[in-house]
Parts: sequence; structure tokens; C-alpha cells
Amino acid sequence: MSEIWQALLNLGDQLSAHVLLSASAIALGIVTALPLAVWASRSATVSRAALGFASLVQTIPALALLALFFPILLSLRAVFGQGLPTLGFLPALLALALYALLPILRNAITAQTNLDPGVIEAADGVGMTFWQRLRLVEAPLSAPYVMAGIRTAAVWTIGAATLATTIGQKSLGDPIFAGLQTQNWVLVLAGCIASAGLALIADGLLGTIEKGLKMRRRLLTLGGAAAVALGVAAAALAQFGGTGERRIVIGAKGFSEQYILARLIGRQLEAAGYSVDYRDGLGSAVAHRAVSTGAIDVLVDYTGTIWTNQMQREDNPPRDTMLEEIIAWESRTSGTHVLGRLGFENAYGLAMPRAAAEARGLQTIADLGPVAGTLTIGGDPEFFERPEWMAVREAYGLRFAERRNFSPTFMYNALKSGEADVIGAYTSDGRIAADDLTILGDPRGAFPNYDAIVLLAPETGNDAAIRAAIEPLIGAIDVAAMRKANLSVDREEDKLSFEEAARQLAERAGL
Amino acid sequence: MIASDIPALEFRDVRKSYGATQAVRGVSLAIDSGQFVALVGASGSGKSTLLKTINRLAPASSGEVVYEGEPVAGLPLPALRRRIGYVFQSIGLFPHMTVGENIGIGPRLAKQPLAPNRIDELLELVELDADMATRMPDALSGGQRQRVGVARALAGHPHLLLMDEPFGALDPITRNALGESVRKLHDELDLTTVMVTHDMAEALLLADRVLVMDKGRIVADETPQALLEGGGGTVAQDLVAVPRAQADRLAELSR
Repeated sequence: MSEIWQALLNLGDQLSAHVLLSASAIALGIVTALPLAVWASRSATVSRAALGFASLVQTIPALALLALFFPILLSLRAVFGQGLPTLGFLPALLALALYALLPILRNAITAQTNLDPGVIEAADGVGMTFWQRLRLVEAPLSAPYVMAGIRTAAVWTIGAATLATTIGQKSLGDPIFAGLQTQNWVLVLAGCIASAGLALIADGLLGTIEKGLKMRRRLLTLGGAAAVALGVAAAALAQFGGTGERRIVIGAKGFSEQYILARLIGRQLEAAGYSVDYRDGLGSAVAHRAVSTGAIDVLVDYTGTIWTNQMQREDNPPRDTMLEEIIAWESRTSGTHVLGRLGFENAYGLAMPRAAAEARGLQTIADLGPVAGTLTIGGDPEFFERPEWMAVREAYGLRFAERRNFSPTFMYNALKSGEADVIGAYTSDGRIAADDLTILGDPRGAFPNYDAIVLLAPETGNDAAIRAAIEPLIGAIDVAAMRKANLSVDREEDKLSFEEAARQLAERAGL
Repeated sequence: MIASDIPALEFRDVRKSYGATQAVRGVSLAIDSGQFVALVGASGSGKSTLLKTINRLAPASSGEVVYEGEPVAGLPLPALRRRIGYVFQSIGLFPHMTVGENIGIGPRLAKQPLAPNRIDELLELVELDADMATRMPDALSGGQRQRVGVARALAGHPHLLLMDEPFGALDPITRNALGESVRKLHDELDLTTVMVTHDMAEALLLADRVLVMDKGRIVADETPQALLEGGGGTVAQDLVAVPRAQADRLAELSR
């Protein structure tokens, strides 16, 4: 219990970011939906079109909607210039506002169409203008219904905002995604409790306003509104009330190693006097894009990932040649700096329980070819979409009986429980040794090299002091140390926090 | 006194169509200041539509409505409506405003809010207690609500009072009492009144002049006396026949 309390108390920053994001999205939803509802009440065509659009948006999964705003904003840069952010607050705000639109719009339109026609005629009859009628009659009579819609929108938005973590916006999704990654249920629970609690409080306060409007009790309405305003103001103060100093944003993709390395880099920067902020749980493509556009300042990426996914290369040169080409390519295309290798490789490899591999006499991926038809392969959601997998499949003619997606953590459990026979594993993963797995050999060299490298955003990389703070990490982390650190957060018992794992890793690396 | 030469209200070949449907098919007549005119007809005869061409809730498609010498089409809409008292069948009190706020809404829109004693005065005029001003409409009976509706129509000192089936939703006793009140107000305040009704008995008892409408045209324009003496043509006489037969049978029964 005390662990959850501790985790909850650490969520202040995420909570205030979550409140601000949700409040902004709902506010944007309201200012869009209300004029639209007024227009719709005057025209059946507009009403149909607006409700149709809002319902359509609602059918898109929230996660996909958030992700879709990345390419949309990217293409809008042609209009608004390169300064338009494509990750973080803006896309999260737009996607969530779209999501909030439907309940507000539907309730507002329903309220308008259900107004007593006699009352509307009376408003015209006593000589009200369009605006007077809206302000004095239609708005106050519709207000309780509109408020009910806003309430629904608030609960949805606060829940969906946890997904903003995946596009690089700080939210209460941070602990949920991080905890899911490492089976740290305390973190997951803390994130869920905080976001559910926030939704309940918002629902209660907005419900008070709704009740005040319905019963025409001004005090109740104003009291509820004041409480909401106070909460949002407190969140804004917490987010922006700091010294205004520059914070260095360190990105991490959604797996344990990335979380630990981000904290390791964060320690170095903090020791050099910088304030840091983390953007955790980014998708692979999103993360690379984020660092090359300056949405984040620092990222640990892997040579093979950039080579095949960003550069779309299919050949497989020696590791030094690959790194040189990557450095040149990054510098040419975006000006992103490659600071250097951390010193270990985290390759994709096909892993099996050692006992099972030996029983079947499997040593390399080539041995897998003839028996693949009887086996199930598991991989993280990205794995089967990556060009590396396509290359391996082609090179060895692999045709598995079944293919299943797991989050990286659950993949190892699947192997244990027999739900998968082979998995696309990461070679720096501590569970390979802990679970007694074997990595099948790759005699045809289908998997490229995956040296971990530190990337700095174009402007960040020009800052000599920042470079100097991170530079001691270059070449300092060997694969054994990394595996140990990964295992310390991934194991089922006695898990370390990312911060503690990073501290021990730094110690082992002699920093 | 020059004003007395000009009719309070004049229709000049007024027509109104909704798409292909012609609701009013050419009405021309003048109403003198101080007259209480009843506009009678069956449902769909166009009587309500004709009434609404006056304050442009249903603007005339062609022809002209002239109010105190000015064509209504040329007057700014909110100002025109605030100069004319209007009472609805559906009453249309604003449910979120008190009785007093409802009564004062017209003057408030004109930026000349009513003094509390003027609201008391208006309530007294429609025979309601002054302490009703702070009540909400849903705490009132149907008859009380329509009295408030009349008070609201009179708040801006209009010369013209339009009533669209004002007593249609009320029970017979309330209806009768309210009809007499309105006639009394008409006389006391020197109003010109046009009342739409489908009830010929009500028209005969309250009005100075009865207009009968049928299929968008005025088919009879008579005094109640003339109608009772058989004037006005068949449509009018069919309508008069109903209350007459009822009265005769009641007389027979009580003998």
C-alpha cells in the first residue's frame, strides 16, 4: 500500500500536465461544438453533417487518432512552417478535442431541437433579436443538457489523455506505459488510480454545475465553476510556475532499457546542473522523428533500426561503415548529431528456450526453416512490421504456423507458458540469461548490427556543455552491464525503479 | 387628433404562401383605432397566418400591412414587435424567468427596464396578486399563466394587442373569466385588438366586429348583431349556427 502512495506522490508533474491537456482539449471541444450546434439548430443539413463527422471520429480508436495527427501536422508544415510541433501537446490537444466534440455537440443539438417551440415563438414575438434570443432564452434553457454533454466529454477525455504518452506528451499515461513495460503493477495501478480519481473529481464538479443550472441555483453553479477553474489554475501554476529555465527533454522508446538509459543520461545532465524532463514510451518511428525535429533533445537509438527503418537500406555493411553512413545521413537530412556508441549492442535475434532448441537440434535460424511450419512465433507489435523481419524471413524462407503480438514484457512469459515457441528477442535483454534462452545463430547475416548510439537534436548537439555532460557515457556501457540493469527492472521479484537501475548502472560503469 | 383619420391597421392585398400552399390569398381591409376585431375560421383557414403578417412572425409574401400609417415591412423588426402586444395560445412564458421578469422582458430588451411598481400595476391589471412577481411560471395555474402572458403583452404600452387563440388551452370557466378581463382591458386602455379564435360564440360575445376567414380569404365582415340576424353568407352562418343551436337547446332544457 505504501508503495502505491509513494508512486502516487511522485505523479504531481504528470497529474498537472494531464489536467492541463484535458482541460485545454475540453475547452477547445466546447468552443468548436457550441457555435456548430447553434448553426446546426438552424439547418438540418449542417446538423446531419456535424453529427455524422463527430460520430465518425468517435469510431477511430483513440490511440490511432492520436497517431494520425503526426502525419497530418507534418503535412501542415508546408503551410505553417517548420516551427509547427508534430509531437507532444499540439497533436494530443487536437485529437482529444475532436474526441470531446461528439458528446457536447450531440447534447447541444438535442437540447436545441427539444426547446419548446412556443417559448421560441414567444421570444420572437416579444421582439428579441437573434443574439438576444440565443443569450436570454436558448442558452439558459439548453445549459443543463450542454453541461451533461461536457461532463461526458470530460470523463472520456481524461481517460483517453493517458494515451497521449505514446506521442510524446507528458500525462498520467507515463506510469501506466512504463509499468506495463516492466510488469511494475504498482506504477500501472498508481497511474490508473490517479487518472480515474481525476475523472471522478471532474465528473463531480461538472455535475454540481449541471445541477446548479438545472435547479437555477446560481451559488451551486458558480461554486462548481470556481472549483474547476481553481484546479486548472493550480495545474497551470505547477506546469509553468517554475523558474522558466530550459529543461532538456530526454526521449525513451517503450521498453525497459530505454527508460533506464534515459535516466542514466538524465543523471549526467543533472550533475552538470541542467533540469531534465522525460518523454517515455515513444514509438520507434515517432522517437526518431522527435529527436530530428527537436521535439526532444536526446535519444538513444540503434544503428540497425535507423539503417533499415529510417534510411530504408537493405544491404548489411560492417558496423563501422554503417555508423559512418548513419552519421553522414543524419547530418545531411536533418542536422541531427550522433554523439557515439554507448558500447553495447541490442540486436534483434530469434530466441528459444535452450532446452527446447537442444531437443530439436536447432542452432541457427537456418535450422528453423524446415520446422517453422509447426511453430508459433511471438514478437512485439513493431517487430513484424519492420524491414529486418522481412529480410530474415526472406533469407531463411521462414513460414511459421502462427504469428502473435505481445508487449515486450509479456513475450518472455509467452515463451515460458508455451504460447509462443520462438520470439523476436532483444540481445541485451537480461531475461535471455535469466530464463535460460538461446539466441539462434544468423549465418546469412540477415539481421543488421544494432549498436546503441546517442542522438542529439540539431540545436542541442551544438551545445558543447550538453555534449560534454553526456560524453562520458560513450563506450562506457558493455552488454553484460546493460543486461544486468535490464533484468533488475524486468524481473518479477525485487524490481528496481528506473532511477535506481540507472544509478547502479552508472556505478558499474565507473561514473 | 389627426391620427384618428388614419386606420390603426390596414391590409392591402396581403398574400402569404408557404411553398406551393397559399395560406392567405389576398386580404384587403382596414381596422379603426379602438376596435375589438375577432378573426374567426376553421383550422387551416389562414386566420393565424394573417395575424402573424402584422408583426412579421409570418411576413407577407406580397401586398402590404400598414400599422398606424407605416408599412410594417419597412420597420426594424425587434422595435416593431415591441410596439405590438402579442398573446399566444401556447402562452410561451420563459420557464427560467420569474413572473416579474417575464412581464418586464419587452421593456428590458428596449433598455427601459420596468420599475417594480409598474410590474405590480400590470399584475393588478390582469387581476393577479402583486406577490406573484417572484414566482416561477411552473408554480402557476393555466389561467394565471395566460393572465401573465397578457400582462407581458401590455408591458410596453402598445396601442395594438394581437391574440392568437389566447384561451384555446383553458377550461371553460377560466376561459370565460379571462375573456371578460381582456375585453375590459381593451376598453380601459383604449386598445385596438385583433383576436384569432375558432369559437364563434367567443367572437360574438367579445368583439365589435367579426371577420370570417375561409381558404385564405375574408368571406364575411360583420358586426355580431348583423351575424345573429343572418348576415355574412353561408360559411359565417354555418359557424353561427353551432352556438345558436346550443343556446336554443339549453333554453329548452331549462324550461
